[in-house]
Amino acid sequence: MSDHATTLPDTRETSQPATAASVRRRKRQRLETLRAIVLGAGFPILLILIWDRAVAMSGTRLIPSPYQVAVMMYDFTFGGIYDDAFSGTILIHVWKSMQRVYGGFLLAALIGIPLGMMIGRIKVLRQLLDPTISLLRPIPVTAWLPLSMIFFGLGPNAAIFLVFLGAFYPILLNTMFGVRSIDPRLFEAASMLGCSGTGMFRQVVLPASLPAIFSGLRIAHGFAWILIVVGEMTGVPTGLGSVVMDGRTLSRTDLVITGMIVIGACGFVTDRIIVAISNRLLSWSPQHRE
Amino acid sequence: MSNGHQDILTVHGVTKRFTVGDDDVEALAPVDLAIPKGEFVCMIGASGCGKSTLLRIIAGFEEPTTGDVSIAGQPVTGPGSDRGMVFQDYALFPWMTVRQNISFGPRQRHLPHDEIDKTTDEFVRMVGLERFADRYPNQLSGGMKQRVAIARVLANNANILLMDEPFGALDALTREQLQNELLQIWKRTGVTTIFVTHSVEEAVLLADRVLVMSAGPGRIDSDFRIELPRPRDVSSPEFNALRRDIARRLTSHLVRA
Repeated sequence: MSDHATTLPDTRETSQPATAASVRRRKRQRLETLRAIVLGAGFPILLILIWDRAVAMSGTRLIPSPYQVAVMMYDFTFGGIYDDAFSGTILIHVWKSMQRVYGGFLLAALIGIPLGMMIGRIKVLRQLLDPTISLLRPIPVTAWLPLSMIFFGLGPNAAIFLVFLGAFYPILLNTMFGVRSIDPRLFEAASMLGCSGTGMFRQVVLPASLPAIFSGLRIAHGFAWILIVVGEMTGVPTGLGSVVMDGRTLSRTDLVITGMIVIGACGFVTDRIIVAISNRLLSWSPQHRE
Repeated sequence: MSNGHQDILTVHGVTKRFTVGDDDVEALAPVDLAIPKGEFVCMIGASGCGKSTLLRIIAGFEEPTTGDVSIAGQPVTGPGSDRGMVFQDYALFPWMTVRQNISFGPRQRHLPHDEIDKTTDEFVRMVGLERFADRYPNQLSGGMKQRVAIARVLANNANILLMDEPFGALDALTREQLQNELLQIWKRTGVTTIFVTHSVEEAVLLADRVLVMSAGPGRIDSDFRIELPRPRDVSSPEFNALRRDIARRLTSHLVRA
């Protein structure tokens, strides 16, 4: 963390020579980055302190202290403390969950983006599909659980299906919205320059709606990790969701919280990756840069 | 008077009706117009006189209710690369750099890469944006954006340039500069230009011919020929006499309070 504070400002481009003004500006930037890190990391540390004090003062045995969770996290990662079924198994659980999360997420993107672009652009498709989508969308993904177990049986496919459902609507709706809000002049400009048909989709519709598509992907990616716990309730032996459910069954709250933290961390890392990709692709549009 | 074969653009009995709610609005009364190749025509009129509608019909973005438009004898059925529109709000592709915007038309025709590059370079240079070729539109001033928009349609070999109040959003200095650049480009390329404006001075400064339009329904009220030699001196008595005549035509339809 503290490494970040010193290296980040150096990566910024500084085209001017090191004049007094640019040194001052870099100093200010460095202070700004440091402040963001202190504030961003400080708040969770404060929460952990409150958690620790609350557990100690109430004397509850139902909630583990942060220290107990840290020990569990160490055992879950490296083993050697409890030496039970969960010791040193973090990678296999993360790997299995990632396959399901990204499987469902990518499937949702692969279907949602082209479909959203077509529904946004083609009126007949909109009239055909919009009412059905509005009808299906409010149904909670958890309500699909029994049916998905009938469709796909017990196992990873049901989990992928649930993640897919959760990720699909934000991607679809954001893409539709993005396409609908493209300035019609851009289509006129493109058509007078000889662009039509699929070329219009590839060269105008897709890039113009990319900012909205990316905000859809970010929301959907969040849902995908949220739904992995539900998805892995369907009786799969491995995965972070199943770890949380097993922890609950075994009344091991330290394991439950460990699983929660790992899910949060995985989601955080991929979210940063999506943001980095979108910053790169959307550099033309400063209002979408973070 | 121009005869039939030289006219690159002919508009024949074009009318346009819109339905706004329950009302049927007649935007254009039958309009007839013939423009010879290479002419610089300004259309001027109060707002709501249908000048932009007529321009959009010529561009092929809107269909006339009756009548027809033809370019070099071919009827217009939709937008085409023979006509290039320059919009007031630029309508550049914001995700493309200056170069990519200008090369958009040539790229649609799948020309060889070196030919596309050559054409693009030529038009980037023509509008003086070499130093800004790799910038995105949101990093440019309004004047630069409009230069890109002009280069984009010229690079596409458009032989009719349609301009819908192109300099309306620019400050006075930039506007003057772009008017001069546009005249240079027009002289060099010989592109037929139809320029919609609501500034009498701009019309008299630029055009070979000024069409004054009147509203309710929109029609061409009068057709002025501007014979003044270029570059035109806005302070000369001849310039101001013309300006006065046109302004008088323009306001003659307005009800005075």
